[in-house]
Amino acid sequence: MDNMQKQELASLTLTQAAGLLAKGETSSSELTQLMLERIAASDNNAYITVNAEAMAAAEAADARRRTGQSLSLVDGVPMALKDNFCVRGMKTTCASRMLENFVPPYTAAVAEKLADAGTVLLGKVNMDEFAAGNATDTSYFGPTKNPRDPRRVAGGSSGGSAAAVAEDTAYFTMGSDTGGSVRQPAAFCGVVGLKPTYGRVSRYGVVAFASSLDQVGPLNKTVEDCALTLSLIAGCDPRDASSLPSPVPDYLAGLKGAEGLKGLRVGVPQEYMGPGIQEDIRQNVKKLISDLQAAGALVEECSLPQLEYALGAYYVISSAEFSSNLGRFDGVKYGYRAKGYDGYDDMLRRSRSEAFGDEVKRRILLGTYTLSAGYFDAYYLRAQKARTLIIEDFRRAFGKYDILLTPTAPVTPWLLGTAFADPSQVYAMDMCTVSVNVAGLPAISVPWGVDRDGLPVGVQLIGPALSEDRILQAAHGVEALANSGQIPGQKGGAAHV
Amino acid sequence: MSDYKAVIGLEVHAELDTASKIYCGCTTAFGGEENTHVCPICLGLPGALPLLNRKVVEFCIKAGLALNCKINNYSRQDRKHYFYPDLPKSFQTSQLDLPICYDGYLDIEVNGQTKRIGITRIHIEEDAGKLIHGLTGTRVDYNRGATGLIEIVSEPDLTNPDEVYAYMETLRQVLLYTGVSNCKMEEGSLRCDVNVSIHREGEPFGVRTEMKNLNSLSAAKAAAAYEIKRQKQVLAEGGDLFQATLRWDDAKGINYVMRVKEHADEYYYFPEPDIMPIVITPEEVEAIRATLPELPKARQQRYKSQYGLSDYDANILTVSKALSDLFDQAVACEAPAKVCANFIMGDITRLLNEKALQPEEVPFGGKELAELANLISQGAISSSAGSKVVELLFQPEFAGKAPKAIVEEQNLGQVSDQGAIKAMCQQVIDANPKVVEDYRGGKKQAISALVGQVMKASKGKANPAMANQLLEELLNG
Ligand SMILES: [Zn+2]
Repeated sequence: MDNMQKQELASLTLTQAAGLLAKGETSSSELTQLMLERIAASDNNAYITVNAEAMAAAEAADARRRTGQSLSLVDGVPMALKDNFCVRGMKTTCASRMLENFVPPYTAAVAEKLADAGTVLLGKVNMDEFAAGNATDTSYFGPTKNPRDPRRVAGGSSGGSAAAVAEDTAYFTMGSDTGGSVRQPAAFCGVVGLKPTYGRVSRYGVVAFASSLDQVGPLNKTVEDCALTLSLIAGCDPRDASSLPSPVPDYLAGLKGAEGLKGLRVGVPQEYMGPGIQEDIRQNVKKLISDLQAAGALVEECSLPQLEYALGAYYVISSAEFSSNLGRFDGVKYGYRAKGYDGYDDMLRRSRSEAFGDEVKRRILLGTYTLSAGYFDAYYLRAQKARTLIIEDFRRAFGKYDILLTPTAPVTPWLLGTAFADPSQVYAMDMCTVSVNVAGLPAISVPWGVDRDGLPVGVQLIGPALSEDRILQAAHGVEALANSGQIPGQKGGAAHV
Repeated sequence: MSDYKAVIGLEVHAELDTASKIYCGCTTAFGGEENTHVCPICLGLPGALPLLNRKVVEFCIKAGLALNCKINNYSRQDRKHYFYPDLPKSFQTSQLDLPICYDGYLDIEVNGQTKRIGITRIHIEEDAGKLIHGLTGTRVDYNRGATGLIEIVSEPDLTNPDEVYAYMETLRQVLLYTGVSNCKMEEGSLRCDVNVSIHREGEPFGVRTEMKNLNSLSAAKAAAAYEIKRQKQVLAEGGDLFQATLRWDDAKGINYVMRVKEHADEYYYFPEPDIMPIVITPEEVEAIRATLPELPKARQQRYKSQYGLSDYDANILTVSKALSDLFDQAVACEAPAKVCANFIMGDITRLLNEKALQPEEVPFGGKELAELANLISQGAISSSAGSKVVELLFQPEFAGKAPKAIVEEQNLGQVSDQGAIKAMCQQVIDANPKVVEDYRGGKKQAISALVGQVMKASKGKANPAMANQLLEELLNG
């Protein structure tokens, strides 16, 4: 196989790779070997841990296929997991010094489902430390570079997941999204990222950031791949009390390209089209609006006034839950323990001081503060009230519109090492995505053109609870419009071969 | 000084007798090799999620109903944060402002007076692990961690150590009757925190101190008594009291200050996001109410009114639900109540103690006890023969045997043959001239010594009433 063929094979979509496997034109071993070579050759630092058992798993998949015992359509397809998914016997670091050598004795529900489908785990990918961040630059193992421009951040916190898909070192990856952590890096790296409805996918075994906001989601090369991946991981899990019992529809059935846009009622919240949004991103969205209209969609500006409070409510609730969830890392049972300590209190203090990075500490402090007896009502309780209002705002909007359209992020990826004057500026980068988590809704980010520097831009489609099929259908339409090549500078978000 | 009145409130923790822990499938069995009754969930490993054991909710409701509480139809769990090595998640999942049960009471009896003690609330929470201090360091055993607990908080309605004891005793009995906890204080299944303050009538409550984790009824009583005395003494000497947590040293009978509280405790409470709100329908509450057993107070009343038992007997009989159930089963087989009660309070209790058995382990049932009691009341065997039968019933080789069969087999039947007993009486009179002289000299009670001799001669089988009558006839004749 020459380099050209290798590049072609590597850039296959999940669906295409599964198709070739089915036809016997490639093997899991070949794909896995290729991915491992590319991981070793990459400078983007997408991976933290490479699975030593990957080739063995690939050979087992090939053996199954030879005897007609394939476990699923995707049996043998290599993929990667964000490093906050527990996998029995494999390091799960959360990109923190605290868990640098933590090997969990159990496996996350989603990792189990993907293993049961026969996919090959290539390894664990980089992220912001404990998912606290939006640029994968708080990782203890160094930042992940954006494959579209290695001088720039990959976004975060699932930056490794997005980069691996973008640099073709995995056919798909899993991330987790607490305030945009799947969608924003997907937008930054020019791939598709889905945050399902809260409770649609089991959180069991995924190290928690903020329990009431976290949701597991896939990152893919195409919307079709995304629908396929979601159908592998969605469904009720009795081990996760927040898991929803609703049946899982056929997510692939509704994908009809631009056809699916006909008659679609689209609302564009003006709260996410204001001066906080980079000008060329706004222009891109406006171009999409006219394309959607041309494709037969009914697009309208709308307003969700409560969204103004989403960012504040998000940072209060997520930090509160974060500070609580990270208390367990005390050096007693597993994880980092400081040396030469004097008693339990000293061990606790020093272990946490030495093993947590600055952003993690900042959010623990913020969260602890907002939960303090004297401040609880002013912060946590008010944030929960805002949450109720935001949910109500979305409910009203979905009385009128099938989906809402926004930019995924207010900016395109910034340069690695950019110094922000204060953390709240970094937090403001989450402005378009957090409201979705606060309201527990599903949303997808699809690539839509590039900015004036040629950097990828993503648009976000938000739907009501459990409308994954609807937003995938709409995203498939947007992707078709993008591929029709009408946008200047657009390299094409999907067709790789 | 003596006009100070004590105000005492108790917080009682009872480990629930559910088969599995509160958020996972691990067993709640006591003991076990260190860290063997654990899993990712009860170890609080990152990523593991709790799943509320509905039995824990059910048991809490049951305890609440037995303690006359109202039940919240909508309740939830909250995280209570503090760092300690025995707490694997750095928070205890508990309940803050929406407990499952609230506003109940428990009637206690002290010196023949009934007093109603308010129950503020009962909530569910998880237990912590245990620290084991060794020579080379401290280990943590999480076997007990995340066992379901209920915390029963009383109103500060108690005013003296006797009431503390009576409250704990009565509460323990109620919990045992409902079966929600095995209440083994020696295993830590039941523990209490005692809050004490003193004040003068009409004045606001004084400064409150707290003694934690008292693990016997007598320790709770002694600790309360000591603390009341200590507080009175401090004030008498013109000193100041501080809000503090104290440690009670039961062996020395004194307490120490563990920690002076300058601020209210800060636990950073917030609603547990991983556990859905607990919804309890009125139908569910009624279904649980229907499973409530007859409680000790009601049983005592019934024993007094239906069987004419004394206060004392009724109280003793109902201390253990198992023994009280045995009594009820025997009486249901038409046995004389008082005779059954005497067997339970006497021979059976004695044998349980001697053999270190639990009340649940009496090796025979109400039917056997009824048969035995009837043999006594019909005069077929003497009471001493009855004791002998009970003793045999406790031996494995007699397990499952009917008392009648044992009496026959062991030849324990009472001799009511007038001729035979008369002959024995004559022999006893002849052999004890001194006693006979006393009797004839007017010391009528001397006859009981002679009856005793007849019983001895007959190896306990003579009918004592008949022996008494025949002796009188012979001596006076
Ligand atoms: Zn467990």
